[in-house]
Amino acid sequence: MQKKKLQKWVQWVLFLCGAILVAVLFVPLWRIDLVAPQYPEGLLLLIYPNKIGGNVDIINGLNHYIGMKTLHSSDFFEFSVLPYVISFFAAAFIFTALFNRRFVLNILFILFVSFGVLAMYDFWRWEYNYGHNLNPDAAIIVPGMAYQPPLIGYKQLLNFGAYSMPDIGGWIFVTVGALLFLVVITSWRSSKKIA
Amino acid sequence: MNSCVKMTVLNNYLNNNNMKKITLNVSVIAFVAILLSLQSCKPKNAGNAVSSDAASKAYVAPGKYDEFYNFVSGGFSGQMSVYGLPSGRLLRVIPVFSVDPEKGYGYSEETKPMLNTSHGIVPWDDLHHTEMSQTNGEIDGRWVFGNANNTPRVARIDLSTFRTQEIIELPNSAGNHSSPFITENTEYVVAGTRFSIPPDDKNGDVPINTYKQNFKGTLSFISVGKEDGKMDIAFQIQCPGVNFDLSHAGKGKSHGWFFFSCYNTEQANTLLEVNASQKDKDFVMAVNWKKAEEYLKAGKGRKQAVRYAHNVYSDKTHTATSEIKTEVTVLDSKELKDICYFMPCPKSPHGCDVDPTGEYIVGSGKLAALIPVFSFDKMIKAIAAKDFIGDYDGIPIIKYESALYGEVQKPGLGPLHTEFDGKGNAYTTFFVSSEVVKWNIKDLKVLDRVPTYYSVGHLCIPGGDSKKPNAKYLIAYNKITKDRYLPTGPELAQSAQLYDISGDKMQLILDFPTIGEPHYAQAVSADIIKGKSVKFFKIEENANPFVSKGESESKVVRSGNKVDVYMTCIRSHFSPDNIEGIKMGDEVYFHITNLEQDWDVPHGFAIKGANNAELLIMPGETQTLKWTAEKVGMFPFYCTDFCSALHQEMQGYLRVSPVGSNVPLLFSTGKNYPVADGAAKK
Repeated sequence: MQKKKLQKWVQWVLFLCGAILVAVLFVPLWRIDLVAPQYPEGLLLLIYPNKIGGNVDIINGLNHYIGMKTLHSSDFFEFSVLPYVISFFAAAFIFTALFNRRFVLNILFILFVSFGVLAMYDFWRWEYNYGHNLNPDAAIIVPGMAYQPPLIGYKQLLNFGAYSMPDIGGWIFVTVGALLFLVVITSWRSSKKIA
Repeated sequence: MNSCVKMTVLNNYLNNNNMKKITLNVSVIAFVAILLSLQSCKPKNAGNAVSSDAASKAYVAPGKYDEFYNFVSGGFSGQMSVYGLPSGRLLRVIPVFSVDPEKGYGYSEETKPMLNTSHGIVPWDDLHHTEMSQTNGEIDGRWVFGNANNTPRVARIDLSTFRTQEIIELPNSAGNHSSPFITENTEYVVAGTRFSIPPDDKNGDVPINTYKQNFKGTLSFISVGKEDGKMDIAFQIQCPGVNFDLSHAGKGKSHGWFFFSCYNTEQANTLLEVNASQKDKDFVMAVNWKKAEEYLKAGKGRKQAVRYAHNVYSDKTHTATSEIKTEVTVLDSKELKDICYFMPCPKSPHGCDVDPTGEYIVGSGKLAALIPVFSFDKMIKAIAAKDFIGDYDGIPIIKYESALYGEVQKPGLGPLHTEFDGKGNAYTTFFVSSEVVKWNIKDLKVLDRVPTYYSVGHLCIPGGDSKKPNAKYLIAYNKITKDRYLPTGPELAQSAQLYDISGDKMQLILDFPTIGEPHYAQAVSADIIKGKSVKFFKIEENANPFVSKGESESKVVRSGNKVDVYMTCIRSHFSPDNIEGIKMGDEVYFHITNLEQDWDVPHGFAIKGANNAELLIMPGETQTLKWTAEKVGMFPFYCTDFCSALHQEMQGYLRVSPVGSNVPLLFSTGKNYPVADGAAKK
């Protein structure tokens, strides 16, 4: 085997990753679960590649008390871009498998990780803006209080407990990232051995 | 009991020869001891009737659901109450035949037509019996029906909204008591008149003592739409003038028949407590309704001109409509020979109950000391063999022994109602001897008896009058309360009692007070109903002509002296909340739409001086309150249902000016217009 090419199983893994990335287009990427004494059934905010879903209207109704801006899918330019980005990565994985060159695999890895970091930063930025830019005329103003939901994990925001974590799409991304990391490492090692 | 034994010992001791040697002191002690032991020999009260594990059996932990829904008639409250079992917790009171200012029922423009009748709006009635819809003889959980006893009507309540969906009035009737019992696929709901009266198309202005000539009893068969539940009087059967009391449909083999108890076959028109108790036997009337259907198809019915109201509530327009209907088809039981038959039944029968197999019909003479059980098979044979002892006003009377399966001997005194457990046992209430008695249907032997507190009327076993009873509990609805609860003056709550009947012996586990006066009730496993409960109405489906689907649609429109306020509410404000330019004498209609789209966020609306009531508006719903401006001044309005942390801020003002004032019609939320008239400027 030449050291610049990929092993058969690596090609299959890349194919598989490309295929499951297509599925991400149709499932939520992230979820924020909200629990309060008055909402034993919980409220759910879902972030899809192209929209926000879940109990958006109810959450908007509640947020007006603290003066948070209401959430509308149309306010986020990301929703018009994300489906293309995801489609691009799905195609890129399949292309990498077919093109069968190790340097392409390495480029893909760098792109994918960069996208992941950028996406999380973007998500954090939105959360910060919504949590801090509050209407000064709001009915409830707690000095020093901001309502930025956690990037990942749990945080208490007044009477609501907010749990933020990846949903199916997010977990697929994480899995694909892990697999990609695995094949990059093994390909690098095997290329060294041959040398 | 121990002290009773001691008393006997003491008696023996005193009668003993050694008596003379006993000092006076000992005699006194003995005498006091006897008195004390006599005291403890008094009959036991309820304290002794409750066993130690009763509390755990009726306990439903906080946050946990009850196992059964119990739909209980409200009697003279006119409403239907819903309890959870086994806890006995009151879950809801559904307004049916009486106005309910708390919910705006009968006061809002949308619900007023529900209480319309041929006599105009009737704001009160007496709801005696509940019956749930069935499919194949099993409770299907779609609807529950209730009867109005005073101004004869039948109501259908939808069990996805727990609201009265439809009310139909009954012509030729007075005192709709043997109702609303149903056939095993809810083909018909029946309504038998308690009072016989001159038919509606005859002159009713006749001497009362011409009862025998002029008065008739009418049975109504109301068809129920298979999908939508819509009620329609399919036909009526005109019967001799007697009092119809209770009824139940045949099931299984006896499907196609209906059984009605009748009393006052003496045809008395005064002092019935004496004059209607003369005969040893009155009747259970068997009605072959399949045969009646055939006659109806063959055109044997007579079209009769009548007037009755049919009221329907729509969950789309959130509005009721009332229509006066003018015709009913009547079949004559005298002419059409083979529809009706009488079975003699001892002593003014009350309850008329059919066992789960459909073979046994239990009649309960309320003055009797036995329970007759009729056999459907024997009755059919007797009819085929014309085994009659004569006729009553043209209707054949079957020989008592020929239709009788047997009698339960010495069950108690004053049997009223019977329910079944589906395991071959029947449970009968006794008003006079104040007890429930369990007996076996096959051998007619009494198996167990428990006291009730006090004087039980109806009873209920979940599915206990259907083909498939779910016999875990039995509820007794008592007529007398007395000392069961803390006293509350002369007027007391009615009392219900819950018994565990899962074992061989009935066991009292709970007392709970009820609203109004409960008569018959139904109970069903919560699983059949709880899943389909509506949480809110979808605002986009709201077809009320006065809906505002958003604050931008809220407005105030004047036409003459009528003012329509299209108002919205959402936590925590009304829109508009400032209204000016209303003039003295204006009729203001507040059409209020609740814009919320979440569970359990109703808003209320009340305005000072309203001569009617408040509104409670469910999410997605529009309701209208009419209010007349009768004084110049400022009229605040506010939300009555604590809706959020800012509920106390949810309020507004309406300004009323004199006739001829030049204050323009203004309405707003959250902004102030320049002061509109000089008067306010100083």
